[in-house]
Amino acid sequence: MSPSRRLWRNRNHPAYWAFIVHRVSGLALAAFIPLHFWALGQALTGEATLQGFVVWTDNPVVKIAEFGLVVALAAHLAGGARLLMLEFLPWRDWQKSLFAASVAASVGAGLLFALNLG
Amino acid sequence: MDQTPPPAAGTIEVSVWRSTGPGGVAAGDGRFETFAVPRAPSQTVLDVVTHIQRYLDPTLTYRFACRVGVCGSCAMVVNGEPRWTCRTHVDKVSADGRLEIAPLRNLPVIRDLATDMREFFDKWARARGQFTGSRTRHEAFAVVAPESAERVQVDLGIECIGCGVCYSACDVVEWKRDYLGPAAMNRAWTLLNDVRDDRQRERLAAVAGDAGCHACHTHMSCTERCPKHLPLTAAIAGLKRATTRALLRGEL
Repeated sequence: MSPSRRLWRNRNHPAYWAFIVHRVSGLALAAFIPLHFWALGQALTGEATLQGFVVWTDNPVVKIAEFGLVVALAAHLAGGARLLMLEFLPWRDWQKSLFAASVAASVGAGLLFALNLG
Repeated sequence: MDQTPPPAAGTIEVSVWRSTGPGGVAAGDGRFETFAVPRAPSQTVLDVVTHIQRYLDPTLTYRFACRVGVCGSCAMVVNGEPRWTCRTHVDKVSADGRLEIAPLRNLPVIRDLATDMREFFDKWARARGQFTGSRTRHEAFAVVAPESAERVQVDLGIECIGCGVCYSACDVVEWKRDYLGPAAMNRAWTLLNDVRDDRQRERLAAVAGDAGCHACHTHMSCTERCPKHLPLTAAIAGLKRATTRALLRGEL
């Protein structure tokens, strides 16, 4: 719709980043859900199959992916809470701080998870 | 495109959108043309565009009137961001000595940098942006206390001059072509808080639909870019609450 080659500059501000984080984390979680159900479904084929899968998940690459998953989950939750506050509570002029608080809560949740990995 | 040699010292390299088709075509039918414009102290982007038209290419089409941020007719996309060109100093937006000037986004281009604003203002009307009072000249003036909650809300949004910067900044307008846009809904919000207006239910119905306030994704680009710093997203959030409340009360 616009001929401008520099439109990204129009979107380069905190509330737009909040939108991107919320949308990307939501898509990532939606993509993860089938994998999650597949993993749970391993129990149906027998205890040994599930146990084998659980042991496989101990490898570091999966742990890093889990860290990403926890951060995405926390980011989506915090972003959703931010939107509900915005739409149903009186407007507040510190929207950027609200976004910063959402980021802090998400990273905090990720770090707590990482600390518990050992 | 951009075949001109690097500009000399004391000039700025300006890429300006030029329509290649007849009037009324979409912004896609065109190309950027580069001009070297001499720098001047306190030069505004509008000064740059005016210099091009007066000294380099008299066929350049653009729109302006007051030159001082009152009329709202000179808005364009400058280096990717919609702005009033008359109140944007070149120093502020062109650290690398280059400028890219395009017509406002989300509106049909008449020619070059001039856009057709009809859909923008038609949406004000669709958002029930007209005041409708019930008193006649034979009755006393309505008394609205300046410190009342409603009047305070009106004050926050009443200074809109309809420049179209927020409409151009909004991605939802691009994604959803019938979306009313921030300015029209800001107008609806100021009228919703006008205690003299007696068509509030109609107004709420006008902004509650698919193309109304609930389509807003809260990107807040409108609020970021508004040259008057009006809290446009806050106005839309206010409409979201008002329409939800009306729905719960069975008034919608």
